[in-house]
Amino acid sequence: MIEFRKDLFRDERDDNLNEIGKPTQRQDMVGHVTGRSPFYDDHAFEGLLHLRCLRSPHHHARLRSIEVRDAERSPGVHRVILAKDVPHNLNTLLSLMGFGLDDEPLISGGKVSYKGEPVAAVVAESERAAYDAIAKIRVSWEVLPHVLDVEDALKPGAVTVNDTYPGNTFTYHDKYDHQKLRFGDVEAAFRQADRVIEGRYQMSPIEQAPTETCGAIAAQENNGRFVCYTSTQALFFSLGTAAKLLNVPSNRLHFIGGTVGGGFGGKVDSLHEPMAILGCMLTGRPVKYMFDRAEEMQVGAPRGAERWYLKDAVGRDGRILGRQLTGYFDAGAYTRLSSYAIHKSTGHLPGPYTIPNVKSDVYCVFTNRTPSTAMRGFGITGVDFAIESHMDVVAHEIGMNPIEFRILNAYRDGDMKAHRRVAKNTALIECCQVVSEKANWPIRDDFRRMASSEGGGVGEAGRVPNYTATDQNGLVDTRNRGIKRRPGDPERPFSMPGTIPPRAEPARQPTPAPTYAGGGPLPGFAPTPGTGVRSEPRPSYAPSTTYSPQPVAPAASVASTQPTPASSAPPTPNRTGPNRFSSSVSGLRRR
Amino acid sequence: MTLHPGRGFAAINYPIGMNLGGDPSQALVHSNPDGKFTVALSSIDLGQGMKSVTRQIAAETLGVPVEDVYVDTADSDTGPHCMGSFASRGTHRVGNAVIQAAKEARAVMMEAAAEELEVNPDDLVTDGKGNIHVKGAPSRSIGTGTACAAAQFKQGKTVSGRGIFLVPLSPVDPETGEMTPVTCFAHAAMVVDIEVDDETGEVSVTQMNSAYELGRALNPKLVEQQLVGGAWMGMSHALWETTEPYYPDRSHGPIDFNDYLMPGPGDIAPHHISILERPAPDGPFGGKGPGEMCANPVLPAVANAVFNAVGVRITDLPITPEKVLRGIRANGGAKPQRRW
Repeated sequence: MIEFRKDLFRDERDDNLNEIGKPTQRQDMVGHVTGRSPFYDDHAFEGLLHLRCLRSPHHHARLRSIEVRDAERSPGVHRVILAKDVPHNLNTLLSLMGFGLDDEPLISGGKVSYKGEPVAAVVAESERAAYDAIAKIRVSWEVLPHVLDVEDALKPGAVTVNDTYPGNTFTYHDKYDHQKLRFGDVEAAFRQADRVIEGRYQMSPIEQAPTETCGAIAAQENNGRFVCYTSTQALFFSLGTAAKLLNVPSNRLHFIGGTVGGGFGGKVDSLHEPMAILGCMLTGRPVKYMFDRAEEMQVGAPRGAERWYLKDAVGRDGRILGRQLTGYFDAGAYTRLSSYAIHKSTGHLPGPYTIPNVKSDVYCVFTNRTPSTAMRGFGITGVDFAIESHMDVVAHEIGMNPIEFRILNAYRDGDMKAHRRVAKNTALIECCQVVSEKANWPIRDDFRRMASSEGGGVGEAGRVPNYTATDQNGLVDTRNRGIKRRPGDPERPFSMPGTIPPRAEPARQPTPAPTYAGGGPLPGFAPTPGTGVRSEPRPSYAPSTTYSPQPVAPAASVASTQPTPASSAPPTPNRTGPNRFSSSVSGLRRR
Repeated sequence: MTLHPGRGFAAINYPIGMNLGGDPSQALVHSNPDGKFTVALSSIDLGQGMKSVTRQIAAETLGVPVEDVYVDTADSDTGPHCMGSFASRGTHRVGNAVIQAAKEARAVMMEAAAEELEVNPDDLVTDGKGNIHVKGAPSRSIGTGTACAAAQFKQGKTVSGRGIFLVPLSPVDPETGEMTPVTCFAHAAMVVDIEVDDETGEVSVTQMNSAYELGRALNPKLVEQQLVGGAWMGMSHALWETTEPYYPDRSHGPIDFNDYLMPGPGDIAPHHISILERPAPDGPFGGKGPGEMCANPVLPAVANAVFNAVGVRITDLPITPEKVLRGIRANGGAKPQRRW
């Protein structure tokens, strides 16, 4: 049952519109209910090959060697792809926004940091043939100690999960191992409080569980371009990521998507598009790379676990005088988007309440598990569970009606929030009142009469506190958890949105003409000359004109290759692929 | 065995759009000679109804019937840049870009109509049914299709528009966390009624009552779909789902829907929803975006209801029968709490 309370906020709305507010049927409804809407997996190219990955069986291990000769000779196999075949094999998703350091390879060659991390990909005539070949790859592993708990990962002497961040935390502002929120003085609030109430809350990892698993199909287009049908939630985000990893100009990629069988945040990571396109480049054939359900659940990034500690100072009248929070986001082995969620959660604290003293420290922690990523409510769902559970605990402890307790502390128009912006357009109180009435959960008359637009911003509630207690805890240098900088990294690599370092506009490279190797009709992929992504010469990727297993070219001797550790990658130029979204031309760079 | 009833409450707000901004979306709108409009986007429709919402926004802004608008999206060769469908940004960001593009196209259509009718364009209005007429004089009118045809075939004008919406990127202070996270917030409050079986520890949700404030319900059916499904997901998150049942231990991770537990049709509780609409000053027609926030209040409300029913405070999700039963035993039996 759904009802529209048009009586509330009526004077703030024009309800006489032609199309807005109408229950118009969706444009794509008929296609969806008749099963005719094309999803990415509906693009069945002739000669489609299938890509499957060999994945780490260990939480944390070093690859001593990887032997793929038998796999390459396995029936139906067109190509075995290893770390060295990825043109620019190190990325972090938010590098497109200038946030964070590249920390994750597309295919790992040095060490693996989670169970399920890909170390080789096989492109074959069928999934069966690919799996059969994968079974023939022999890897010599040196198993390393691992860490799975966020607080264990922060202890001195913990193993380093991610070589880019040796202290197992993302670094904020090139300075701290966490993001701070400081507003007023919580210690003073604890001293003045009638009650101090603490709690610990743990949100488990969950799966986005889309009906359609993540994937992409790539094929050659004319004129050296590649078309990619994808399940991505972010078309240009995935295109930019693929262009960077594959070191091709973005206009050689043509991405088509837009009808997706459920996303919920799990289709932003852009793992499949670059892999499918790379497979296509290396074989000259259309290639599909799609998670099966087991991969979707255990290798595909889940909503990460979060652990929150809360401590509230509560006055005799039920007002919250101070709230202190410590949050640990379990990023898993690589950053993906977790670094962003820490900022989002920090901006959300202390929840929709006006509290005069707030302090929080939120950490993005690396552990030896599947990297986590976005999911519906990213950065908010876990802390809302913690805050609203804790609100219930406090209401119980002080013997107050939980709805009245929320309304008493609710933020109102004009109140100063802990991130130092004035609240406007608020409606928490009205939501509480409507639900109280609907569910027959009575509240006192004075609480029924309150309004979000009344009584806010009065006195101290409308101002930044006169005194805010700050500290330098968690300085990265102080704790000797310095960030390992690679030669060639920008001077301030840990920029965040809003503090993007000046970046020289890189020289434009001429777009290479497509290379037609082997006299075949299919354009192959040749590394762009002169971009300097690798210092050593690389083998060219010549597709075969026949679709038989390829003999290993001497230049690319794969057998018993000692993989190059990712961390010793040669210097990378500022620009390796596409324009970053927040480049200097967009005028967004500020300090 | 006793079934203990319990009810829990939670209230939340939710930030709309990418935190700190810096996430532009663009739109292009153009008309064919018959006055049928195409909106070109690269945004993704995940099933949430992105195409429908932007179509209604374009039609409203252009002043044409929704049937005269088609949304073409997610081809990187034809759709202008969009950051993507996440962070509850679709309606807010893309909707605003579509408004800007549609306004520009509408202005050309109105100029063309004014030239045909030999009046001042400022005196013209659209009726939303495919006609443009002089304000207060409906008989002096021209069809939107005729106006668009005249623009293209007689006047040599392109009936088209470009739009972009950007909340500029803003910084975060390292010492205090001062920031401008977003420009508007949605709100919700919820009461969940449950029953707890003190022999098995099983929790069943019997009813949900909720109030969601969304700025503006641009399409009430799509809003309903989001909220009903979202609450289901929240319920599932609270009571069933996890990829790592013994987190941080990685063992026993499910790999299919036999082991990855989710509620079935028989577990779904009646959900009574009230929609509140306090328009966001910078939202498209005030709209905020209900997509993500709808699951959030359910998790704590269920946990609070379990405490209310049997006196066991579960702080680790999901709230499995095992955890409930261990809690009841540790307390020496179920301890129902006060009903308000």
